[in-house]
Amino acid sequence: MSDAMDLRDLYQDIILDHGRKPRNFREQEHASHTAQGHNPLCGDRVTVYLTVEDDRITDVSFVGKGCAISTASSSLMTEVLKDKSLAEAKQLFQSFHANVTGGEPPSVDEALEDDLDRLTPLTGVKGFPARVKCATLAWHAVEAALKSGGKPAEPVKTE
Amino acid sequence: MSKDTDPRVTGLAEGPLSRPDFDPRQIRQDFPIFRNNPEVVFLDTAASAQKPQEVIDAVSNFYARDYANVHRGVYALSQRSTDHYEAARLAAQRFLNARQSREIVFVRGATEGINLVAQAWGPWALKSGDEILITELEHHSNIVPWQMLRDRLGIVLKVAPMDATGGLDLAAFEALLSAKTRLVAITHVANATGAVMPVEAVIRTAHAKGALVLIDGCQAAPRMPVDVQALDCDFYVFSGHKTYGPSGIGVLYGKAEHLEAMPPWQGGGDMILQVTFDHTTYQETPHKFEAGTPDMTGAHGLAVALGYMERLGRDNILAHEERLTEYGTRRLAELPGVKLMGAGNRRLAVLSFEVEGVHAHDLATILDRHNVAVRAGHHCAQPLMDRLGVVATARASFGVYNDEADIDALVVAVKAAQELFAQ
Repeated sequence: MSDAMDLRDLYQDIILDHGRKPRNFREQEHASHTAQGHNPLCGDRVTVYLTVEDDRITDVSFVGKGCAISTASSSLMTEVLKDKSLAEAKQLFQSFHANVTGGEPPSVDEALEDDLDRLTPLTGVKGFPARVKCATLAWHAVEAALKSGGKPAEPVKTE
Repeated sequence: MSKDTDPRVTGLAEGPLSRPDFDPRQIRQDFPIFRNNPEVVFLDTAASAQKPQEVIDAVSNFYARDYANVHRGVYALSQRSTDHYEAARLAAQRFLNARQSREIVFVRGATEGINLVAQAWGPWALKSGDEILITELEHHSNIVPWQMLRDRLGIVLKVAPMDATGGLDLAAFEALLSAKTRLVAITHVANATGAVMPVEAVIRTAHAKGALVLIDGCQAAPRMPVDVQALDCDFYVFSGHKTYGPSGIGVLYGKAEHLEAMPPWQGGGDMILQVTFDHTTYQETPHKFEAGTPDMTGAHGLAVALGYMERLGRDNILAHEERLTEYGTRRLAELPGVKLMGAGNRRLAVLSFEVEGVHAHDLATILDRHNVAVRAGHHCAQPLMDRLGVVATARASFGVYNDEADIDALVVAVKAAQELFAQ
């Protein structure tokens, strides 16, 4: 059935796995940067924590309640952002964002291509416009945390 | 031509005879959306109802044949448009069994009706320290306008809790009613869970304490006969788009004594008698609350929609919705891992549920791929969701065109979601 195929494009095994057992799912007491993301459409909330030392992300984690897509995306994000420089993190976000929204992804450093491949399963959301925000929520929160240089006053909203 | 002799006006009031049997499969033929989307299983009528062809035609024909501004022109077209608009008021009066047509104010929807009462009645009737009592089961539109009023006037907003079964805790409600309570604002049927509220008891006890009562009838008006005289409520609001009519039109019913005493709300054309730069005198109710060119097309479409519901039979619609509610409740209860949100001792037309291990948003996506349209999220009732301890639920809700097969399709799709997430 083609509908079921579509669904498996979205809910690939790695998504279901990370949705059920998110990695780096913890708070950080001494994070240098933190921000909340909120998707008012579905009520999903995520808080991201980053420890940045000398422009390098030495630890990244998240907590929150969300759908499988947002939980899996947050989880995979923490895996790829670990030990990245802030410039690399920015490149990854821009490429990932373009990949899930159907835009033209900017080229990334060769060293980051494996990381982008890790995120490929999430690009299934392209066929589900209502779900793109689920996949980008945690990334927007990270961007806001880094931009604010610490902790933004307001949660990042997807709408 | 006067209203009394205009056949179009009386034609609206009477219409063809009721159908002998209430057959949702037959009724579905009246709704072109299903002809154009034959695969869709539409279970989101609580958010907005689909429109029968006669409502679509009424809107289109009004523009094509009878359109001009109301209450202004002396020419025949303007009179015809005005006649339609005022006939729609009579249709709404009949629909709610209001005593007089001037108790019917046309608004954009229930939300605007509540805001009108909050903004026109509120500052006029309330002083600092007065209390307004709402319940935990309200839609945001019956919470936020009162919060805004609270912050503006320094009044107190109290919230009556629900009980463990998901119904209103009537004892707690009565305990919260005080000599300072000026208004109780309560939903007739909770949009997020389908709980039918004990509005008769609420109105009786509130009146005994001297408080007025506003009923949010958004989910009740499309599904059960409503008699504002029997209820004895002071205000009643509903939205046209949920009663199979156009979006952008709705009704505020208010007892004449209140509407007369209240100051106008918005200022502008149509609500005035005489304007000078020094002073303005206002129209009588309901016109003093209808500033500017109204949505006369929408009002006419709404009247046709209300007539459509009356021809189906309001009692028949209620019996149909109750039958589906019972069937749906039973079918979902049979599914392991499905948790239905409680709705007290009476549920109507709304099944709000969680599926263990599947977030409501994922569930809605999977259901959509099975062509089952449900709402997923907080249903504009975040405080209630917090109280239920859930972030989001999936909500299936019924209309006159649904039948048991739609619920069967929902069950199949829920099972498919469970299978996918069990992998």
